Amino acid sequence: MKNDFPHSVRIKKIIQETPLVRSYVFDYPVRAIPGQFVNLWIPGIDEKPISVAFDDGKSYTLAVASVGETTKTLQSKKVGDYIGIRGPYGTGYSWKPKMRIAMLAGGYGAAPLYFAAVQAIKDGCKVDFFLGARSKEHVLFENRIKKLKGVRFLPATNDGSCGFKGFNVECWQNEMAKGVKYNLVMTCGPELMMKVVSDLAFKKKIQAQVSVERYMKCGLGICGNCCVDDSGVPTCQKGTVMDNKDVRQIKEFGVYHRDSVGRKQYWK
Amino acid sequence: MRYNADVANLSVNFCGVKFKNPLVLASGVLGLTASSWRNVVRNGAGGITTKSIWLQEHKGHRNPVIIGGEHYMLNAVGLPDAGIEKAREEIKKFLDWNPSPLIASIVAGKVEDFGKIAEEIAKSAPQILEVNISCPNVGSEFGRPFACVAVDAAAVTKEVKKSLHTAGVKIPISIKLSPNVQNIVEIAKAVADAGADALTVMNTMGPGMAINIEMRAPVLFNKVGGLSGPSLKPIAIKYICDIRKALPTMPIIGTGGVLTGEDAIEMMMAGATLVGIGTGVYYRGVEVFKKCTDEMSKWCTANKVKNISELIGAVKL
Repeated sequence: MKNDFPHSVRIKKIIQETPLVRSYVFDYPVRAIPGQFVNLWIPGIDEKPISVAFDDGKSYTLAVASVGETTKTLQSKKVGDYIGIRGPYGTGYSWKPKMRIAMLAGGYGAAPLYFAAVQAIKDGCKVDFFLGARSKEHVLFENRIKKLKGVRFLPATNDGSCGFKGFNVECWQNEMAKGVKYNLVMTCGPELMMKVVSDLAFKKKIQAQVSVERYMKCGLGICGNCCVDDSGVPTCQKGTVMDNKDVRQIKEFGVYHRDSVGRKQYWK
Repeated sequence: MRYNADVANLSVNFCGVKFKNPLVLASGVLGLTASSWRNVVRNGAGGITTKSIWLQEHKGHRNPVIIGGEHYMLNAVGLPDAGIEKAREEIKKFLDWNPSPLIASIVAGKVEDFGKIAEEIAKSAPQILEVNISCPNVGSEFGRPFACVAVDAAAVTKEVKKSLHTAGVKIPISIKLSPNVQNIVEIAKAVADAGADALTVMNTMGPGMAINIEMRAPVLFNKVGGLSGPSLKPIAIKYICDIRKALPTMPIIGTGGVLTGEDAIEMMMAGATLVGIGTGVYYRGVEVFKKCTDEMSKWCTANKVKNISELIGAVKL
């Protein structure tokens, strides 16, 4: 049965993760795989795609940064309040048992990759989690990631207040220089960071999965706002998580994206 | 395939433009960029219709803009568009690829602006212009659609024809009619008298509303939106029949609830030469075009139809 109407769900728990990010827990089986997103609706305000930060089949968590009107309004919501959810939509990350995986997360990109790490280690994978953030206070999910067995937490901050001083990509390159071999790279974060990861993984012939995020409206592959050049596929349906070989066919990746009216906006 | 010789010819001629099959992407769906249009053609469409193009940038509505389920889809995207320059760039890119005919949908808030946008878009040489005078989702901005009053619909048609004539271009125009009127035949006749080359029958119905009962709130940001989906088909079929009877030589692009090849054949029998698919993409994916042409070929073979164009208006009333 097709059903793309928002479900009303009550907020069960709210956790302040960093100064900007709060986690919202809902008792509702959204059944997402890591990398998938839901559309979060606040009546009269807007609806935005948010990636799922954790899902155990009974309840799920969304980690939401306060950046725009919708997410700021969400911060005024309390435990017991209703919000609307539909989905899950899009593609997710995938792996094979016992893989050595490098996860490159930038900022809030830590949320879906944390979920991927939780699931991948169940299949005997070993994960190096390269988390990049502005400074220590913006390192998302530090304690959750550290608790995972089979995951090495390797943070990098711009100011060196947590872990490596510099970019997470440099940190990843250092590990490879030390002789660590990876079967798979997963990345989620700012596009220019992911572009570097995509290029490097391609050069080193490592399989990679990249989360390509575009301005999404319907989430159903109908409105066309998130279609990429030149393949023309809607990223809400054929993404956001795409294999690097497909990402390398997207001419606009790392170059531009489109705004809500479809105009090109070049990355700076 | 060894039975290839029996495969029906699905091509049709619409206002002098040849389409490899009668299925076109309806306006509003997957219609923002050349890449997206080409992806639709790659998936089997005979042609595409762009999302409606404005002279200047036009912001659409906030989300949710599209909701849907087993029985219907409701949308109020609000005709977002970046304006003429972006549209020209995308149309040029698509036509340079030259995969199939392009129908450029144009929209405006004032009669004079329809003339201006038609002239501007004509410079990009689309094969056909579709004049959207029937969007039900921008009522708060522009009031009642032009398609709801015969004199208004005719005024827009005249304006577009006049401006194309002055510019010296010969591009056929199809006026997109609204089903939300007392007498659609009267409007069709008025538009035909005003010089329309073709008609697109029909836009979405309503508008309608869906309410989330726990939050006691309309789901669409715009509160109301155009209704589409399978249940629209009988209305569209009847309107197309009625218009065909009144205007037997008028070419028609039929849209409304087409999901299968059999649906498309039914619409052609009612009188459509081209059949638009929009919401069908929601129900069957972008692959809907290939699925439908396969179903049409199969039906034609089973029913010994050699040329699909034989079926246009073939219903025995």
